[in-house]
Amino acid sequence: MSKSERPSQLFRNLNAKVASIPMILTAMVVFVGGTAWTVLYSFTNSKLLPRLNFVGLEQYYRLWATPRWLISIENLLIYGVISLVFSLVIGFLLAALLDQKIRFEDTFRTIFLYPFALSFIVTGLVWQWLLNPDFGVQGVVRSLGWTSFDFNPLYNSSIVIYGISIAALWQGTGLIMCLMLAGLRGIDEDIWKAARVDGIPMWKTYLFIIIPMMRPVFITTLVIIASGIVKVYDLVVAQTSGGPGIASEVPAKYVYDYMFFAQNLGQGFAASTMMLLSVMIVIVPWAYLEFGGRKRV
Amino acid sequence: MRYKFLTAVFAATVALNFAGPAAATDLEVTHWWTSGGEAAAVAELAKAFDATGNHWVDGAIAGSGGTARPIMISRITGGDPMGATQFNHGRQAEELVQAGLMRDLTDVATKGKWTEVVRPKSLLDSCTIGGKIYCVPVNIHSWQWLWLSNAAFEKAGVPVPKNWNEYVAAAPALEKAGIVPLAVGGQAWQASGAFDVLLAAVGGTDTFLKVYKDKDAKFAAGPEVAKVFKAADDARKMAKNTNVQDWNQATNMVITGKAGGQIMGDWAQGEFQVAGKTAGKDYTCLPGLGLNEVIATGGDAFYFPLLKDADKAKAQEVLAETLLDPKTQVAFNLKKGSLPVRGDVDLNAANDCMKKGLAILAKGAVIPWTDQLLSQDSQKQKEDLFSEFFAKPDMSLEDAQKRFADIIASAD
Repeated sequence: MSKSERPSQLFRNLNAKVASIPMILTAMVVFVGGTAWTVLYSFTNSKLLPRLNFVGLEQYYRLWATPRWLISIENLLIYGVISLVFSLVIGFLLAALLDQKIRFEDTFRTIFLYPFALSFIVTGLVWQWLLNPDFGVQGVVRSLGWTSFDFNPLYNSSIVIYGISIAALWQGTGLIMCLMLAGLRGIDEDIWKAARVDGIPMWKTYLFIIIPMMRPVFITTLVIIASGIVKVYDLVVAQTSGGPGIASEVPAKYVYDYMFFAQNLGQGFAASTMMLLSVMIVIVPWAYLEFGGRKRV
Repeated sequence: MRYKFLTAVFAATVALNFAGPAAATDLEVTHWWTSGGEAAAVAELAKAFDATGNHWVDGAIAGSGGTARPIMISRITGGDPMGATQFNHGRQAEELVQAGLMRDLTDVATKGKWTEVVRPKSLLDSCTIGGKIYCVPVNIHSWQWLWLSNAAFEKAGVPVPKNWNEYVAAAPALEKAGIVPLAVGGQAWQASGAFDVLLAAVGGTDTFLKVYKDKDAKFAAGPEVAKVFKAADDARKMAKNTNVQDWNQATNMVITGKAGGQIMGDWAQGEFQVAGKTAGKDYTCLPGLGLNEVIATGGDAFYFPLLKDADKAKAQEVLAETLLDPKTQVAFNLKKGSLPVRGDVDLNAANDCMKKGLAILAKGAVIPWTDQLLSQDSQKQKEDLFSEFFAKPDMSLEDAQKRFADIIASAD
């Protein structure tokens, strides 16, 4: 065979490759380049303006000795566990209920998904009022006669992060429900019939047959929820701006505050590098299992 | 015929446009003066600048300095500088100056003999970096004030206190009458500012300087400062039922008699004035909390970013001169409730509280403020500490003091 019959790999599908150049450049320069730049400068003592004056790991030592950072991490963990567990459980339950061929399914679906159309800022402001002790839920219940009713999460340091999680769940579960519903609809009707013929109760069918079959949907959902957890910022700003005191601070807010309010870029970069690291710790083993393992088979 | 008429009108308008404000240059000025009293004061500056034939384009950024400064800085570093911008003079703009982004005003200053008229001298020192002057101080704002609502004390049936100690003693009576003794808003800088005021008042001038100027961490962990933390603990207990965020909302609690008092800078006075209250009759002010009558020479200043446009650069010079003009100084500071930076202006119209301030200033009882002594980084750490301290009643004094000493040890 002559060479002309088999064009080089490089020029196959040339149009598509040319078209993707801008995106590749963006990814390389903005994402990879920006990340590398941030990590590099996190080892400097840059203040208001970036300067290449290396101080080793000093910014990291200071970061892990700062109570506010530790509280932020703790809050992120609590918030993460709550939103992961509850949005998966509630989202799946709602989807399973909607899947029972009920009447007005469209209406319910719209109602559940609607909060997702709101930004975190709006969600935060709405829930700030709902959870306000004088005007919100507590005020309403008290005015109905239960004067000792106490529900005041946003002004109580020890439970404020749960108050924030409520708002996040209200906003986010609708989307999870929709993803789950799509997954449920993708299951072949025959599997249900076979399970029924074998006399397997419905909850067992869900738990041991349907859910394992929905693995790809669960993984997509997990990635969406997890990325939402790490970057939570605007919800906190709108609801409590980190208060009372520093009880509801989150890492993203620490990064912003130290980069811009405190004019200490080095410290902010160190904190954002730690955030990146924590994402890597979760993503890399998962990606390895998910993509690395399959090739060998 | 009709055609001709229209053309004539058209020509006339065009001609007018050119003839009128030929020398007018638009200059955008950014600042964070947005509360009622502040907006009234900044309108005086705009009026004075417009009178010079230029045009003040107002760039107010709501949400206090903490929100506004990052926006201003990113505009300057990002290559979209405004004509002039407010900062607290001191170290906030230090790095911008060092990076050569700000305009050197030394020529204007020599022409206007600023070194002779500006008082106290430390104000201009804060604007000077490497022997060159980079900013125009416009007012002296001191934090050292306790604002008390006379109505609230009347309702509680106790006399209006004359100093901090009497005030603490009166707190239970206020509480019994359903009044929040001390209003401290939720924004972090309010808690940390209140502590700094206590440090200068309860601890004394020397203590204040030893901690913030000499950055003596051992001293900050010692018994002198422990006394101050004790006072801060009192303040924390008195403030625990304030459920507001912004400082002017907290001031409003004092104005309406819902709170007994507030530790806040003299900018609070503008709010009392807008509400139509009279010093001495409706409210009482105690400089230095009635314990140590000093005034910190913090305040506001205008910085001028380096611009390429020659017309705008010229307008910057005009604005710099206007800001220090005696007439502007009086008009602005009366509305703002702050003290003028010139000693040679006539302030007969000043009210009781401002006169108290002027007297202290004339005596020379001044201290530098934290904006001048500490970097923003240290300030932020301090804010984090004290906002936590004020929000968390079970945080022990020893813990708080230890962390405070750590911040001082690493402060720059």
